[in-house]
Amino acid sequence: MDTLIKLIVFLPLLGFLTVGLFGRPLGNGFSQVWTSGLVSISAILSWVVFWDVGFAHNTYGVHVLSWVSSGDLSFNWAFQVDTLTAVMLVVVNSVSALVHWYSMGYMADDPSKPRFFGYLSLFTFAMLMLVTSDNLVQMFFGWEGVGLASYLLIGYYYHKPSANAAAIKAFVVNRVGDFGFALGIYACFLLMGSVEFSTIFADAANYKDAQFHFLGGDYHALTVICVLLFVGAMGKSAQLGLHTWLPDAMEGPTPVSALIHAATMVTAGVFLVARFSPVFEFAPDALALVTIVGAATAIFAASVGLVQNDIKRVIAYSTCSQLGYMFFALGVSAYGAAIFHLFTHAFFKALLFLGAGTVIHVMHHEQDMRKMGGVRHVAPYTFFMMTIGTLALTGFPFMAGFYSKDIIIEAAYASHAYGSGFAYLMGVLAALFTSFYSWRLVFMTFLGESRAPAEVMKHPHGANGFFWMPLTLLAIGAVVAGVLTHGLFTGEERFEFWRGAVWTTQGDVLDEAHHVHGLAKWAPTVMMVLGFLLAYYMYIVNKAVPQQLAKTWDGLYAFLLNKWYFDELYNFLFVKPAFAIGRFLWRRGDEQTIDGLGPNGVSSAVAFVAARVRKVQTGYLYHYAFVMIIGLAAAVTWLMTSGGGH
Amino acid sequence: MTFLEEHLLSLMLSVPVIGALIILMVRHKDQAQANSNVRWVALLTTILTFFLTLYMWMHFDASNADFQFVEKAKWVGDIQYYLGVDGISVLLIVLTGFLMPIVVLASWDAITVRVKEYMIAFLVLEMLMIGVFSALDIFLFYVFFEGGLIPMYLIIGVWGGANRIYASYKFFLYTLLGSVLMLVAVLYMIMTAGTLEIPALMDFPFSPEAQYWLWLAFFASFAVKMPMWPVHTWLPDAHVQAPTGGSVILAGVLLKMGGYGFLRFSLPMFPDATQELAWLVFGLSIVAIIYTSLVALVQNDMKKLIAYSSVAHMGFVTIGIFVLNVNGIEGAIFTMLSHGIVSGALFLLVGVVYDRLHTKEISRYGGLATNMKVYAVSFVFFSMASIGLPGTSGFVGEFLVLIGAYKADSWLAFLAATGVVLGAAYMLYLVWRVIFGVLDKEDVKTMKDLSAREKLIFAPLIAVVLWMGIYPNSFLEPIHASVAKLIADDFSAPAAQDAAHGR
Repeated sequence: MDTLIKLIVFLPLLGFLTVGLFGRPLGNGFSQVWTSGLVSISAILSWVVFWDVGFAHNTYGVHVLSWVSSGDLSFNWAFQVDTLTAVMLVVVNSVSALVHWYSMGYMADDPSKPRFFGYLSLFTFAMLMLVTSDNLVQMFFGWEGVGLASYLLIGYYYHKPSANAAAIKAFVVNRVGDFGFALGIYACFLLMGSVEFSTIFADAANYKDAQFHFLGGDYHALTVICVLLFVGAMGKSAQLGLHTWLPDAMEGPTPVSALIHAATMVTAGVFLVARFSPVFEFAPDALALVTIVGAATAIFAASVGLVQNDIKRVIAYSTCSQLGYMFFALGVSAYGAAIFHLFTHAFFKALLFLGAGTVIHVMHHEQDMRKMGGVRHVAPYTFFMMTIGTLALTGFPFMAGFYSKDIIIEAAYASHAYGSGFAYLMGVLAALFTSFYSWRLVFMTFLGESRAPAEVMKHPHGANGFFWMPLTLLAIGAVVAGVLTHGLFTGEERFEFWRGAVWTTQGDVLDEAHHVHGLAKWAPTVMMVLGFLLAYYMYIVNKAVPQQLAKTWDGLYAFLLNKWYFDELYNFLFVKPAFAIGRFLWRRGDEQTIDGLGPNGVSSAVAFVAARVRKVQTGYLYHYAFVMIIGLAAAVTWLMTSGGGH
Repeated sequence: MTFLEEHLLSLMLSVPVIGALIILMVRHKDQAQANSNVRWVALLTTILTFFLTLYMWMHFDASNADFQFVEKAKWVGDIQYYLGVDGISVLLIVLTGFLMPIVVLASWDAITVRVKEYMIAFLVLEMLMIGVFSALDIFLFYVFFEGGLIPMYLIIGVWGGANRIYASYKFFLYTLLGSVLMLVAVLYMIMTAGTLEIPALMDFPFSPEAQYWLWLAFFASFAVKMPMWPVHTWLPDAHVQAPTGGSVILAGVLLKMGGYGFLRFSLPMFPDATQELAWLVFGLSIVAIIYTSLVALVQNDMKKLIAYSSVAHMGFVTIGIFVLNVNGIEGAIFTMLSHGIVSGALFLLVGVVYDRLHTKEISRYGGLATNMKVYAVSFVFFSMASIGLPGTSGFVGEFLVLIGAYKADSWLAFLAATGVVLGAAYMLYLVWRVIFGVLDKEDVKTMKDLSAREKLIFAPLIAVVLWMGIYPNSFLEPIHASVAKLIADDFSAPAAQDAAHGR
């Protein structure tokens, strides 16, 4: 089994290295089949491991290589596979394999396929290192590695300024999160003397009352650690405040959006908090922060999604919002529910993105929904697939989202943790928004009269089997993932299934969540129906309504359309000042002050003395050499004659 | 002990000199043929020296904290020919040996005038650099330390860019101040302690008062070499004017002399003053990291940008050294090694396009990913190493330094870590402007991708960066014992405090 685990992680790396080094001689066809094949093998092996870990109840630790040892600090390259990791393995590798295959169709006209598939495999490898790590630093390696892959793929169309800007933004904003993550690692090491999960989790309880000196104050140690780690999670998972990079990340090719910016990388933050549940459980203040940030993100992103016109951006905000759900589930200690939603979300969100990608492909790279409409005539199967994805996302009974989202909202309702009431309300309201924007997307894109140029509708790009196969498999997942596995993740079998991989102290909120009754339980479903009806009315029955609303509430509309003006605010607060200060320090600081008072000042002061010397072009050079030799000679003489001061 | 091991350091010092002498004797009617011969002699000499440094690394006893490969002979008066290496210096010598053949290769086609003098200058410089890291007589050290600047001046002054006089003038003013103060301090120490031997001086108890002033005098010299803010402004100008090979050695090895000096002199000889004045170093380092990172963000010249980023990275080194714990110091040494390779590689990358287009102006480039694919990959790779991406050498050093800093004071780690965010911003902004974007300038379109010779230069650099990032223990193991000894001899008290503080 150890070999199997190593294969799962390293096969994608092999794929990346092969096409990275020899992609051009090996050719486009080989590169894409080779990388896709290797990731597919990884995916199949992942299901084997999942079966073994989830049902045969094994756990594995695999040592690969020692990494760093310095003083009392040491850590290794090593894998740890428990249920939580096994779930992530399945999600990452399955979606990655499908996206690899889908890309063969989607990127068919792309001239640099080895580069694209190499990046995809690199991403997969980094993500696997992240989820299999047995210590914080290797996790950080994967964490930054997926950031690198994300940066490269967002900027894949590197001739576009917007793609470059988005890539840098994604990397730098994530670095802000990583800044917190890194400080969290240091704090963890200082407090517990280790960065290995096994030690940290075993010892966490011993430090539950410990104080920690941080930035001039004394704070509850575990809260400091958890909050710092959560800052990292906020960056990677695009939570409110550090979310601004995610919508821009849609500059990348659509398969990338599906894999990295919907199904896998952005869920790394959720994974981190769930992994650290044994520590978070002793830091209720940190959990409350997680709840509030998650709930705020859920409602914020959903509200922005209501008015966006770019098909990918709608789904991007939807992702951001769904991640918010996962976080407040974590915040109320419903870790199983959060990971359950992560699992189901991977299927239906990847489905929606790949479906959107197919639409974009069919429509000759058009992404603006205002220029679509009637696409069902040219892409009926995609319409069918997107409808399934939408049903799953909005929580239609017995579809995947129905189980995972409802259990989260019920958990928030049942919980007594700080912020859970707020989370419940926001969760329900966001469910209304989710349903509205999702159906709005379907109606604007697929139904009604076409608003696209007649030329496009007459000659749509065909979509082949590379499109249908991944879509179909994901759609099957979106239908059955919930009904088949809810017992494992959040139901009767959950203790057997998790076996301590996620961990709670304050009672079992999931148990109470199952006993929520009445309106509280049905509220999300009611909201789902309401959202559908509203969207139906506004985009099918009476199409004048949206414009009227936008006119009546123009302030609110602009506020939402401009994403609450976060980008403008950050530009004003950080980006512009950084450049202005940089320029100021350079011109005023270095050139005027330091050089002015220093070398140049001295220069002008001694100008009349040095006038002659300067005539000789390299005068200073010889001057200096001369001074030094004289000085040395004098010193040597002195040493020889004085006998070194004996 | 074999003959080789007994005289290894002397061999390392003499091989470059012998190479230089051979070059001096190269005569040929055909100038092109003569130049070619000179290049080959220089290359073979530096490769031989590199093998010697590798041999030293392989036979270095990592469990022994004392000086090894020691050679001692009477010289002039009380000055001894006294050499030896310990864990702090051994890898810096290997770094020097590693970079030299690369520099010779990088100058292969770029230097066409006075090739002979150029190569001689570099070989003498190599001897002096190895001398700095191996000298155990303080006067000998001083000679090597200051002497190394003369070939560097010549390299900038003769083979440099248009404004080379201003650059060497600045270099001169800054360095003069530092060396005069250091010379005075050295003479005072010799008088007081009655010995020139560095190991003996390390054990000599200077009075706290004396330590204070001596520390400041040495600090003046080392801070300029590092360079630390605010005495850093010579570096961007020197880099911009220096030929590529000069920049590589300047960033790769000469900047490390300051850090080495702190570890060899300031810490072990003036431990009280070190603890007393650490705040000064921290303050200047933090300013350096934030200040120069912001300045790097707005640079229009590639070399200036990388030079400013060097100042920021050296800020991490000085922080690591003065937190006085194992993680910090080992991290600082590791960062020096890593920075030597990564910034050297970045300057080489600038050299590649400079050789083709003869400008370092960032806005003159753009879209190189289209026509220079291997170059683009290398550029992104070393940028990531500079940013400190885990898996590359840049990460390990930074990580250890920040952990060390955190042990000392969380504010220190917090402020220093902002450099990690800013570093990503300025490096990626550079990558965007040079590598990505549209390839629309006619002369840039005609630029060819890396030649076989250039690939040969970058391949080993990439391999080492990954090796240091994935299995850094190869490089940390030789360091452990000496660093542990340094801390145990002089700073065991604060180390104990750290342990208590952590709980």
